[in-house]
Amino acid sequence: MNLDDALQTFVVESHELLQAMEEALLDIEHSADPVESINAIFRAAHTIKGSAGLFGLDGIVAFTHVMESVLDKVRDGKVSIDDDMVALLLSCGDHIKALLGGLSGGQEHIDPDMASIGAALIERLSVYLGETAGKTVVTAGHHPKVESAAEPKVESMGGGFVETDNWHISLHFGIDVLRNGMDPLSFIRYLCTLGEIVGISTSFEAIPPAAEMDPESCYLKFEINFFSDADKATIEGAFEFVQDDCIIHILPPRSRIDDYLHLIQELPVEDMRLGEMLVRCGTLTQRELEQILVIQGANASGQVQQQSPIGEIVVEAGIVHAPVVEAALEKQKSVKDVKAQESRLIRVDSEKLDNLINLVGELVIAGASASLLSHRSADVQLQEATSNISRLVEEIRDGALQLRMVQIGETFKRFNRVVRDVSRELGKDIELQISGAETELDKTVVDKIGDPLMHLVRNAMDHGIESTELRQSRGKPVKGTLRLNAYHDSGSIVIEVSDDGGGLSRERILKKAIDKGLVSPTQSLSDQEIYMLIFEAGFSTADKVSNLSGRGVGMDVVRRNIEALRGTCELESQEGQGSTVRIRLPLTLAIIDGFQIGVGSATYVVPLDMVKECLEMSGEDRQKSREHNYLNLRGEVLPFVRLREHFREKGQAGPRENVVVVQYGSQKAGLVVDELMGEFQAVIKPLGALFGNLKGISGSTILGTGEVALILDVPSLIQQAASSESKMALVQA
Amino acid sequence: MNALVPADKKLPAGEAGVGEAQQYLTFTLGGEMFAIAILNIKEIIEYGSLTTVPMMPEFVRGVINLRGRVVPVIDLSVRFGRQASEATKRTCNVIIEVQAEDETIDIGIVVDAVSEVLEIPASEIEPAPAFGAKIRADFISGMGKVNGKFVIILGLEKVLSVDEMAMLSGVGAGVGGAQ
Repeated sequence: MNLDDALQTFVVESHELLQAMEEALLDIEHSADPVESINAIFRAAHTIKGSAGLFGLDGIVAFTHVMESVLDKVRDGKVSIDDDMVALLLSCGDHIKALLGGLSGGQEHIDPDMASIGAALIERLSVYLGETAGKTVVTAGHHPKVESAAEPKVESMGGGFVETDNWHISLHFGIDVLRNGMDPLSFIRYLCTLGEIVGISTSFEAIPPAAEMDPESCYLKFEINFFSDADKATIEGAFEFVQDDCIIHILPPRSRIDDYLHLIQELPVEDMRLGEMLVRCGTLTQRELEQILVIQGANASGQVQQQSPIGEIVVEAGIVHAPVVEAALEKQKSVKDVKAQESRLIRVDSEKLDNLINLVGELVIAGASASLLSHRSADVQLQEATSNISRLVEEIRDGALQLRMVQIGETFKRFNRVVRDVSRELGKDIELQISGAETELDKTVVDKIGDPLMHLVRNAMDHGIESTELRQSRGKPVKGTLRLNAYHDSGSIVIEVSDDGGGLSRERILKKAIDKGLVSPTQSLSDQEIYMLIFEAGFSTADKVSNLSGRGVGMDVVRRNIEALRGTCELESQEGQGSTVRIRLPLTLAIIDGFQIGVGSATYVVPLDMVKECLEMSGEDRQKSREHNYLNLRGEVLPFVRLREHFREKGQAGPRENVVVVQYGSQKAGLVVDELMGEFQAVIKPLGALFGNLKGISGSTILGTGEVALILDVPSLIQQAASSESKMALVQA
Repeated sequence: MNALVPADKKLPAGEAGVGEAQQYLTFTLGGEMFAIAILNIKEIIEYGSLTTVPMMPEFVRGVINLRGRVVPVIDLSVRFGRQASEATKRTCNVIIEVQAEDETIDIGIVVDAVSEVLEIPASEIEPAPAFGAKIRADFISGMGKVNGKFVIILGLEKVLSVDEMAMLSGVGAGVGGAQ
């Protein structure tokens, strides 16, 4: 067993636990009955501490120990949990995360900065602990960067307490403990964090003669006299990782002599020896031992009657406490849950998935070329066969793409914490509402949408939602609302970030834009155009720069990130009512349904989802289009772009021209093309860095004939046409 | 004066070591002979069907389908500021691997005809002249002496600089040509 692997597993698991802890903490604030959440937090802290102890990570153990103590008090109802404590515990979680981060970076020692952060947190935690737990807190608090200093001294011999108040732990390690990667010493060391080892006695009896000894086997047995306030479940928890292959007996303080008798009888060690060990480590006095031996002698003669069921003996002996049973049941249940989930989900390397999708892409291209050839051959049977294959390929394509789809809910949920922290920092009361969490989109898109969303959320909280006083004076509810919403709309996914804050001030943006020379004072702009100005580089209307936002670097980065994903942003705002940023993204980045069009000798592909209808351009419209670029679509004004002119295609248009009506968001426009060539499955091939600055083309695809066709980027094409027209208007003015 | 630089000065092309010969592919372009180091060349293919990309500078001829991958094709003549060369029976695409930031991309260049693979010892390579070659000096990595004649050895990292070409396509859509 490789310890490095084990350590990695520990780090990963701890991160998951911390995540669960964070969610539970955030839950507490909203739930009426926080007991379950508190238990979850406690379990997480406890498990991290336990595992960290196994690896000898004393820094983490010392820190989590204090945290656990506080949580224990909360669980017992001695301390009530409030907002401050939640905030403190959240920071504690962050600190543990930082400690773990250092660990996975190969950093064994805790650097001084981290140690001082830890010390400060421990100090704040100690406030909740008060006097009772003072002792342990002090030890931990004094040694925040424990390496070996905090290792409490283990005394080999303790004073002989009569009528002991202490626990007795009988620890017989299994022979395979070392082989399983466990270090017996680390358990004893961990035990020290729960209380004080009064006496310890080690049995070497099992060690065979040197010649026969296997250095990888563990022959050690310990009898420990232990003083602690912890309950049995906690002490037992310390040995969670070895309890399968070890014999562990934990006897509570003031156990009856009978119990010790059972212990002595059950253990496969010579009775006398064990008795002596118990005396030596101070659990029993000589007198008590003698008493036991007498009873034993008496029992030996009447052993037959002793065959009462084990459970009865155990309960009678008080070995098993109620909490232990509870914990065991709970553990069983959670193991079952995890198992059930594992059988439903399969973890797959994302590279394998990418390979599969690439292959499906090739299959689509090859299929297109096969069906093209079959149409040329005029063999009806062949055509039927290929059309069958095409249908199946299409289904396989959809299935393969579906594999990459994930729900956006996970991404949204992370913002609970962000909203909470930031609203506190700003002194505003803000609530996050999430809807459409089950909306699915491509994994790669999800990975890249986090940062832009973070920007938007922070912006909305900082600039959007007003301060409490202002909200009151405006007659709005004191609590501000931030909404995250997602839904599907004509082949794209829409993500909305909206707030009920002050909205954008049209005048202020315009004034700022004129100051910065982004627009000329004479230009007349629609509201939408003015709002879009905030996505320009270097634009910020905030009067003061806070550490959250206001430097004006945010929104243009957001726009660029979104555009890199072939998406767009739009902004809607009503002064005094709030604003909404709407991000529109393509559902997938790999394969789309396309519509082929011809312009001159070139073939282009338009994403089919954007195509609303196609119509032939009438002679009348062609005449008029010398003067203006719009036509009458059943009473609607439809502006259009002549692709032939736009792409500077050489030669004259043919005798017939067609219009493809495309829609993107709320905008409708026509594309004037020479030829309509029908539907086509397009595997998107990126054009590469060389074409990074090219606007209006989003990628390329390979046609059935083997030729390359370019995919039109409809939104940017429309935008380009609009801006070139307004430039022309400026020149003329 | 650059021309007086001693001949044994280390040149990028001769980095393999003085006296050690490197192999070069020679080709003609507009009647002139050029050479490129063979290590960057992936393959030479027939000049075939090509898709033009609108709104790109003229030196970008278009893109081709190279076994399922889309590869841009550059017209070197236009890149050198000369007339675009007519495609003939001997016109070829030389596919070259270029390092662009953290990825390697394939770029095709159109040449009139490929000639042969030559070994040119580093001692037979002169530094580029400051002017006179009628192409940008930084495009030339050295002048190889072959049979008493000079062959221009191209520095591909400049000639096919993805950053520069992408920038040109951004500012001068359709302006064409480098300088």
